[in-house]
Amino acid sequence: MNKSRRLESFSYDDQIVRWFVIATVIWGAVAMLLGVTIAFQLADWRVNLGLPWTTFGRLRPLHTNAAIFAFCGNAIFAGIYYSHQRLLKARLFNDLLSRIHFWGWQAIIVLAAVTLPLGITSGKEYAELEWPIDILITVIWVVFAVNFFGTIVRRRERHIYVAIWFYIATIITVAVLHIVNSIEIPVSLTKSYSMYSGVQDALVQWWYGHNAVAFFLTTPFLGLMYYFIPKAANRPVYSYRLSIIHFWSLVFIYIWAGPHHLLYTTLPEWAQTLGMVFSVALWMPSWGGMINGLMTLRGVWGKVRTEPTLRFMATALTFYGMSTFEGPLLSIKSVNAIAHFTDWIPGHVHSGTIGWNYMLTAGILYFLVSKLWNTEIYSKRLASIQFWTATIGLVLYIVSMWVAGVTQSLMWSAMDEAGRLVYPNFIETVVRIVPMYWVRAVGGTLVFISFLVMIYNLYKTAKKGSCESAEVYEAYALDESSIEEGATKHRSLEGMPMIFAVLSLVAILVGSAIEIIPSLLSNNYVEKMSVVKPYTGLELAGRDIYIREGCYLCHSQTVRPMAHEVLRYGKASEAAEFVYDHPFQWGSKRTGPDLARVGGKYSNMWHYRHFMKPQEVTAGSIMPRYTWLFSRALDYSSLPKKLDVMKTLGVPYSLDEITNSVAHAKAQAEAIAQDLHASGVPLEIQNKEVVALIAYIQRLGTDYGKAEAP
Amino acid sequence: MEVIAILIPLALLLGLFFIGAFIWVTHKGQYDDLETPKLRMLLDEKPKRGKVHEQE
Repeated sequence: MNKSRRLESFSYDDQIVRWFVIATVIWGAVAMLLGVTIAFQLADWRVNLGLPWTTFGRLRPLHTNAAIFAFCGNAIFAGIYYSHQRLLKARLFNDLLSRIHFWGWQAIIVLAAVTLPLGITSGKEYAELEWPIDILITVIWVVFAVNFFGTIVRRRERHIYVAIWFYIATIITVAVLHIVNSIEIPVSLTKSYSMYSGVQDALVQWWYGHNAVAFFLTTPFLGLMYYFIPKAANRPVYSYRLSIIHFWSLVFIYIWAGPHHLLYTTLPEWAQTLGMVFSVALWMPSWGGMINGLMTLRGVWGKVRTEPTLRFMATALTFYGMSTFEGPLLSIKSVNAIAHFTDWIPGHVHSGTIGWNYMLTAGILYFLVSKLWNTEIYSKRLASIQFWTATIGLVLYIVSMWVAGVTQSLMWSAMDEAGRLVYPNFIETVVRIVPMYWVRAVGGTLVFISFLVMIYNLYKTAKKGSCESAEVYEAYALDESSIEEGATKHRSLEGMPMIFAVLSLVAILVGSAIEIIPSLLSNNYVEKMSVVKPYTGLELAGRDIYIREGCYLCHSQTVRPMAHEVLRYGKASEAAEFVYDHPFQWGSKRTGPDLARVGGKYSNMWHYRHFMKPQEVTAGSIMPRYTWLFSRALDYSSLPKKLDVMKTLGVPYSLDEITNSVAHAKAQAEAIAQDLHASGVPLEIQNKEVVALIAYIQRLGTDYGKAEAP
Repeated sequence: MEVIAILIPLALLLGLFFIGAFIWVTHKGQYDDLETPKLRMLLDEKPKRGKVHEQE
């Protein structure tokens, strides 16, 4: 058959890679600037500027989305499109699809940058974007998949190099995760409620959340590592066999580890243990991969000292090893008891995102810019300055967060001999770690500066180089292609089954999700408690404000069954308490105290003053002021629709409650306004948003928490 | 907790998909040679400068 193989000429689409490179550096700078901003906001609340769209709760989702999906996303696409073509000796499947992919993805980012500061959010971490954008993400992801798999079909190299396997796992798994976690019912164009509630929502969310880390920040970058490190070092990967084992063991283990985000919650014990065991098992493939990458550099350590590309990549692998050591450690229950809800977690996350993703991306960018613009790096000295600035900044970040996390956790749990809390006031534990917030903000600033240095260096590199018109390469077609001489359409037809397979996988998932999930969720999934009732219309409106302002990013809503937590917050949470919570609001961080049982703890007036000026109620508080809640009119008109959607989701509202929801809500608001009026607040406040938020906060945890133990 | 009834089959389905993929590519001979792929990926053919003549 070999004698009939044809020699074909082709060129690579490098222009699309250049575009993705440029998008990577632009969005990277934006993401880091946002990160620095919110770091300073935690150190000094005045940096919130008193404006709704610059407040921490709205910028923090923008920071995470920008860092993960804009910066890392574009970096992944640049690296994949460059290496994919070369590994397969084929031009990307379709130039138009590449362009739709590029502009579609940038449009998603711009939409995120507009909607998140406006408070348009679904309230689920790392999946905050509302349903129309979710649909757009799905469409663009499918475009990417078709373009990617189409290229595999047209390849001129039979062997699929291990990097491509990592890309395949990324594309398929991210599609599944995104679709399953984003199932929601729209109330309007900008508002929806998660299909799942309470414990279920928590499990789906962290199944997604953990695997977003796994399949968006880990597997694609490992694939890039397996391509770019051997290329940059001009040495073969240490063990190809190990890389294959690395890949297959990683994809089988990762998907199960999500429940480690929910240890000590009301998630069933066996699910927690399952998550913990698989998390610890992840250690093995993670370190196998790290060792494989570092051993590839044996014999060229001299070059690691001088070549920016290799230096950043070697450092990235080191941090990858560190954070994949820390991750399994944190998922062990006894360690998690200390670390969860503290600043240790953001510290851990950033050792991964800055240490692994940013460092590896920096190495890849130096490699790509010098290749794509046909020149040498402008200044190795600047790259060296960038390297040290970033590394020192990152170490400051990680160490300050270790100190802050452990300090605060020990203060939360400190009890004296009489069994009382040593620090009963939460604010004491905040004031103690504010200095660490300053150190973190300085560290973050250094990382941001290092990124600007890189942009300048890359810009000067590209400026002195030139992007030449497409070079022509030659390679033999795969032998099947020549079975029928001259049948030019044959190969593209042959590729169709593969594309159909992928599309049908996506279709099956969408279909089964839509069909199966509602029927399952309409069952009584958690043993209901008769004392737990749905929120009133006003409380639901307040809950939507709570979600809009991103309160869940600093306040948790679940009391763990630990002596000090029960002393501080009240009875440990029960699964049945959350059955009407679409979406759940357990949170993952306690920058402020837990709110699961805050209802009735303080007066309405206390909350009124606290939302206006937190620092006047709690000296030393770092909470932003929410002054706009006092001037914005509450949207009563959408209540019937909201309750109706909730009813569809299984919340037992009666017809009367839905049709008269506006009147009921106004009556409840008036009662709160009357109470506030007794302290001198004008009655007009009853039509303002703050009343709804107070109604919601005062309800939290009261159904079960205040009732006598059953 | 019925959502488990979706998540576990889904995780298994993904797992089975990858097992199937693994078996399939092994049969196709993808892993017959685990030494030369790592060397061949280092070789980029020298480009032949000039105009593109797409044969397809």
